[in-house]
Formats: sequence, structure tokens, C-alpha cells
Amino acid sequence: MEIIERIRRQDVRAIARLMSLVENNAPEATAALKELYPITGQAFIVGITGPPGSGKSTLTDQLTKEFRRDGKTVGIIAVDPTSPFTGGAILADRIRMQQHSLDAGVFIRSMATRGHLGGLARATGDVVNVLDAAGKELILVETVGVGQDEVEVVKTADTCVVVSVPGLGDDVQAIKAGILEIADIFVVNKADREGADKTVTELQAMMGLGPGRSDWSPPILKTVATQGQGIAELVQGILAHRAHLDRRGLRQMRQRERSRALFLELLQEQGTRRLLERASANGTLEHTIERIAKREMDPYSAVEELLAKAGL
Amino acid sequence: MSEERKIRVLVAKPGLDGHDRGAKVIARAFRDAGFEVIYTGLRQTPEMIVSAAIQEDVDAIGLSCLSGAHMYLFPRIVELLRERGADDVVVFGGGTIPDEDIATLKEAGIAEIFTPGTSTSVAIDYVRTHVRQRA
Ligand SMILES: Nc1nc2c(ncn2[C@@H]2O[C@H](COP(=O)(O)OP(=O)(O)OP(=O)(O)O)[C@@H](O)[C@H]2O)c(=O)[nH]1
Ligand SMILES: [Mg+2]
Repeated sequence: MEIIERIRRQDVRAIARLMSLVENNAPEATAALKELYPITGQAFIVGITGPPGSGKSTLTDQLTKEFRRDGKTVGIIAVDPTSPFTGGAILADRIRMQQHSLDAGVFIRSMATRGHLGGLARATGDVVNVLDAAGKELILVETVGVGQDEVEVVKTADTCVVVSVPGLGDDVQAIKAGILEIADIFVVNKADREGADKTVTELQAMMGLGPGRSDWSPPILKTVATQGQGIAELVQGILAHRAHLDRRGLRQMRQRERSRALFLELLQEQGTRRLLERASANGTLEHTIERIAKREMDPYSAVEELLAKAGL
Repeated sequence: MSEERKIRVLVAKPGLDGHDRGAKVIARAFRDAGFEVIYTGLRQTPEMIVSAAIQEDVDAIGLSCLSGAHMYLFPRIVELLRERGADDVVVFGGGTIPDEDIATLKEAGIAEIFTPGTSTSVAIDYVRTHVRQRA
């Protein structure tokens, strides 16, 4: 398959085209993803999440600079929300990453959520795989500016960086709930602003309350992304977490969880679709629904009957 | 389940002139028309614009220029797209562009020029009807 060869040769156009096909759920995309899958699983994936405007893109930019200095190739996926009213989106994360736009070792792709909840786009995992297959060693995934429970990135990333900023309110409500549990590393960005130490203290206190975690306690790091301050420490933190995962065999475990999630999701999506297609053939679905509505049939038996016909 | 294909447009501001109000207005109008707009901000070189356009696999590039350097910048972008085999990307422009330059720019491969005062809906319709048909 020609496109696979081009992806492996890191042909930028081919990579970008495949990403679009994947986003549009085109049939050619599935064919290509099948072929690429065996060569994925090499990249190290870092998720960067946090409230809107907290500095995720600026941090991503700085991290990229640091890893590039180390000779690592970098893929960046930056997700922004689709407007629920118009279906359109303004994808503006690249503004902060301009210094890498001419570096052949960096591939940046913006994605709109297209209605998907959870902080990522439906196809983000597949787009990660495309970059992985294209040989990017480090993949940074910037989520949409999240509130509380948009924590899907944890399913995609090896290391999750949760960004907060001083003065989000008296407490760190905005990053409470689910977000606290997914952090492998906390960053208090905009540490040039008043209240950074207070935010650090609050985070420490909140972590003390949380359920004790294995043997990794997430460091809390202060950064000023716009000035590159604290970035070296953040890189160290990421590498330390990676070493921790490797030492404990946790990276394989996370990959296994990821595989499970991907497989189950595909199974659900396609299983449901096929069954619905079968059930809809020559209007039987509507007919069945009508009978259920008229109480001529109960929905429980109807489902059993349908599955039995499908040999299940 | 094939999803509705989204039109992706890069809105860029080549050249060194200072503000990007016009670019932001058109970016918002495109978003409201249901497009995915990749917005890259100020002071973009033609090389940066083309590199972003290719990575983002956009259907069109909208250029806003107030600096008067459009006669160099716009054709250079078209040329770079050609060199990289991406000449199916529609390039259009707007800003303060004198009428007498328009023919030359079109000859150089700029698909359309929208002069100041053109309604954003004209640009939206233009993009809808001129982007490549594909998956
Ligand atoms: N004072 C200060 N400003 C910062 C710092 N880091 C980022 N900013 C500014 O904060 C604003 C938002 O930064 P981004 O990097 O775009 O934030 P983001 O989290 O990616 O934003 P969204 O993607 O829109 O959610 C920009 O104006 C940055 O220049 C910092 O450390 N200190
Ligand atoms: Mg951002």
C-alpha cells in the first residue's frame, strides 16, 4: 500500500492526508490504520491538560524546544472545541508554537472536538498512532481547556501533565474532581503571578486527602512558560515518570489498558452499527418499534429475538 | 459511519505589519459558517504558512495583508505550495490591495482577491464552491 510507505518515509503530505481521512472516518483510513498498527507503540505520549488559557500551548511549545535540543522528534496534537451551534472551530494553539513551524523534526496538527466529549476528539487516539507510525519519538497531546471531568487524555497518554494557574479562586475547584486523580505531574504555570505558592500549598493539601497512590507521588512544579522558567525541571519530571513506568512495568500496563479501550470502543461502535443495519433492513426496525409502542411486543423480547437472529 | 467532511481553512497574516483585526474577523466568520479555521497569528513568512497548511491538510488558505508586500508574499506562497505538490490548496487574499494588482496576482495563481468592504458571506460562498471535492 503506497500510503503506508509514504508514512514510514515521513512524507508530511501523506501523514497530513491520512489524519484527515481518519478524522472524517473515511473507509480508506481504516485500511491504512490496520497496516500501520503493528509499527505503533514506540512513541512516548505526554498529555497536557488544564483550564482554558492556563498556558498549555505555551508549555507544549517550550517542552518541544527542550526535547528537540535533545534530538528527539516531536509530534504535537492540539485539540480545540467545536462550536456546538455552528459546527465550526477556531484552532489557534499553533500561534504559540510558531518557532517550530519550519523544523522538519516537529509535526503539529490541530484538531477540533467535532462534538466529542472528554477533552479530546474522537479520532485523537488514531492520529496519535499515525504520528507514532511516522516515527515521532515524543508525542504531546494538548487537550481542550477542560473544566472537571474531561479526563479522556489519561486513556491516551503515558504521562499526564495537569496545568493550573494561581488565582483560579479561593480553592482549586477548577481542577478538582477527576482531574486530580489523573495527574502524574502538576504544573502551576504563570508562577510570575501572585499566589503561585498558595496554589502549590493547596494542591499539596488536596493530594494529601486523596487516595494514596502506588509509589509515585506527583510532583508539583512551578513554571513561567512564557519565559522558559521551570521547563528543564518539567522535562526532568516527565523523564522521571517515564523511568518509573518502565521500572514497574507500568508502561505496558497502560498500553494494555489503551488497547482494551480501543478494542472495546471499536467493537461497540461497529457491533451496534451492524446490528442496526441488519435490524433496519426492509423497515423491520421501525415495524418492531411500532409493535413495541403498541404493546404488541415487549422491548426485552424484541432485543433477544434480534440477537438470536444474528446468531448471538 | 462516514462523518460530514469539514472544510479546513488556514487564515494567515503574512508580512510584518502590526495588527490582525481583519484576519480575526474573517476567522470568526468562517467558524460561524461551520469551517475549521486554523489560525496562526501575526508575522508569518510564506515558508511558515505553507508548512502549516500542509501539516494541517487545509483546503484553502486565506491571506490578509496590509503591508503592501502582497505582490511578493502572495505569489511566493503559491510557488511554495506548487514546489511541495500541494497546489490543490485554494489561495485567496484580502486587505488593502490596489485594483491594478489584482490581475497580476491572479495570473500568479491567487484564486481570488477580496477587496475591503466585501461581505464575509461572499468569501464563505467562494470557499464552499471552490475547495477540492474529496473524502
Ligand atoms: N504571565 C504569564 N502568562 C503566560 C504564561 N504562560 C502562558 N501565558 C499567557 O497566557 C495566555 C494563554 O496561553 P496559552 O498557552 O495559549 O494557553 P492554553 O492553555 O493553551 O489556552 P487554550 O488552548 O485556549 O485553553 C497567553 O497570552 C500566554 O502568553 C506564564 O507563565 N506567565
Ligand atoms: Mg492552547
